[in-house]
Amino acid sequence: MKKTTFILMAIVSALFLLSWILKAGSLSGETDNYILQGFLVTFSAFLTLSVLSFLYADNPLYKFAEHLFVGVSAAFWMCMGFWTTIVQNLIPRLSDGLSKFFEQQPQPGDYNFFFFIPVILGIMLLMRLSPKGGWISRWPLAFIIGTTAGLNFVRYLRSDFIKQISNTFVPLLGTEWQGIGHFFSNLDLSASGQLVAIAANWVIFLGVFCGLIYFYFSKEHKGAFGAASKVGIWVLMLTFGASFGYTVMGRISLLVGRITFLFRDWLEIIS
Amino acid sequence: MTPTRLHIFRVISISTICVLLLASLALSQDEATPTTNLSTEIDTVIIEVAAPTSLIATDHKYDNGERINLQWVPSIDDLPGISTVVGYRIYRQDDGGAAEAIADLPAKANHYRDENTELGHTYIYSVAALTDGAEFVSNPTESISPEREWIDFSKRYLFLIALIVGGAVIYFIEIARRGKKLFVRKIAGLEAVDDAVGRATEMGRPILFIPGIQDMDDVQTLAGLTILGRISKTIADYDTEIFMPVSRSLVMTAGREIIKSSYQTAGRPDKYSDDMVTYITDEQFGYVAAVDGIMVREKPATIFLLGAFFAESLILAETGNYIGAIQIAGTARPAQLPFFIAACDFTLIGEELFAASAYLSGEPKQLGSLKGQDVGKAIAMVILVIGALATTIGTAWNIASMNSLVDILKTIFSTS
Repeated sequence: MKKTTFILMAIVSALFLLSWILKAGSLSGETDNYILQGFLVTFSAFLTLSVLSFLYADNPLYKFAEHLFVGVSAAFWMCMGFWTTIVQNLIPRLSDGLSKFFEQQPQPGDYNFFFFIPVILGIMLLMRLSPKGGWISRWPLAFIIGTTAGLNFVRYLRSDFIKQISNTFVPLLGTEWQGIGHFFSNLDLSASGQLVAIAANWVIFLGVFCGLIYFYFSKEHKGAFGAASKVGIWVLMLTFGASFGYTVMGRISLLVGRITFLFRDWLEIIS
Repeated sequence: MTPTRLHIFRVISISTICVLLLASLALSQDEATPTTNLSTEIDTVIIEVAAPTSLIATDHKYDNGERINLQWVPSIDDLPGISTVVGYRIYRQDDGGAAEAIADLPAKANHYRDENTELGHTYIYSVAALTDGAEFVSNPTESISPEREWIDFSKRYLFLIALIVGGAVIYFIEIARRGKKLFVRKIAGLEAVDDAVGRATEMGRPILFIPGIQDMDDVQTLAGLTILGRISKTIADYDTEIFMPVSRSLVMTAGREIIKSSYQTAGRPDKYSDDMVTYITDEQFGYVAAVDGIMVREKPATIFLLGAFFAESLILAETGNYIGAIQIAGTARPAQLPFFIAACDFTLIGEELFAASAYLSGEPKQLGSLKGQDVGKAIAMVILVIGALATTIGTAWNIASMNSLVDILKTIFSTS
């Protein structure tokens, strides 16, 4: 370890201890386990600052937070996967004895012979650990990929294809069209007016139509087809721009949440 | 006043007060008693209401024999605002047994779907209008048994559309197999794949492949892994290093199989290592933290982000941009595409991700599939124009034939 790194670690450790003591002191009148609470708040703030330090550069504090996060979350998800999927969902459907062993309450009618199929597929997947039986693990993988493709074909055909088409059957002259003369003599520019309704329907229709042309791969995008394709990509980019701004606002609210934690819960500067 | 008169006066006064007190007490009791009696009488009065009528039970179409639909005309006393009907109770006799209440519904209800019937059983239903303390039961239905239908004809149009698109795919696969060259327009992001791999080879730095954070049941992950198959062949040919951190164990297994197979095809099975694909964690931001760390420490020359991404997209793409890697991203998630477009060199937008493997490989099967999908898009464009024009003319000039055409199209392209 470099000398500067050692000094840095010593300073961080000292600051951590100081923060813990001060935080525990400030919580002593509010809760019985103020030492533990003080530690947890200080440790949360330490991890927050460690992760934020990545904005400057990769450093030992970030590495510590990263490895801790990865280790804890990997172990957590492994336990969750075992207890929620295997113990709670699978075992009560296979065996009363195993249910009792894992202290699960088998529900009447839970037993289902078909659940042996995923058990067998799971064991086949584990066969890849065997040097000679590795090929067996390809069968359950093929099963998973095949069923996924088949099920999603119907789902996407319905939601991304059929629904899009039926939702684009919009009246391009609005719902209250009574002739060109009536339209111009009663021109209404308000948001609920006929002009805006007509414009909105044209945006929907042209947006979907030109978007489809952009994603049409069997023809070179030249001439009128190319122009329509450009309109399609413009519609997509405008949508992405709006989406970008909307999502960034959401992310800023997350940052505000962390900053609030640091300044209110840890430092107690704001109330 | 003499003492005797004073005494008599006192006696009369006290007596008068006592009489007045007793009288007031008696009066107050007289006032209270009738009220109590009246309320008791009201409690015991049963307000009669008419029972529901025209109760019909029908088998639910296109199911596994587990549903029966009930419909009735509500009680004529179930009126808005002044209704004395508080709700309806559904009774069911199972195979001639005793009638059991199976559901309570609010006032004004006129239909119910029994979703707990069993195939082979016979049921008789009745509906009772409920008031405060009484029930007025309708005539029972005829006995009915739920029936199982083997084919769901309500999805016939969906089947027809799937058949047309699927048929087009098979047709074009067959055409491609016979050797006919199928044209696919250039996709900029995919043109850059070979250059990106070559760049990493020249720089002597690894390639990072990130397949998103979803499992094998997501079609975007499958698309990403299909592209991985093609990329890893080039990587094996160039003898470049690839690293693929994953957040799902099944993706790890599939990724290893794909890369191993590519190295075998390239004639370099000895160069393959299981360490090329590493499981990190299922936790979204734990995975992001680790991948960011890998990026800044390993400094890959090229990064592929192909699959399903969520909030981690910008963090990953921005870190890749920061280390100066050439980045090719692709996802079908509209909310994440803006971040890839902002931070990556090339982005495959939605459908381009699914077209990528066909484009890169040039295999007849995949090209035929892509062409078949284009047929679907062409049909969609034609239907869009017809539907929008018919809706416009039908709405603006109220032409019955156009409105009928719109109704037919909406029935065919209905998702319900």
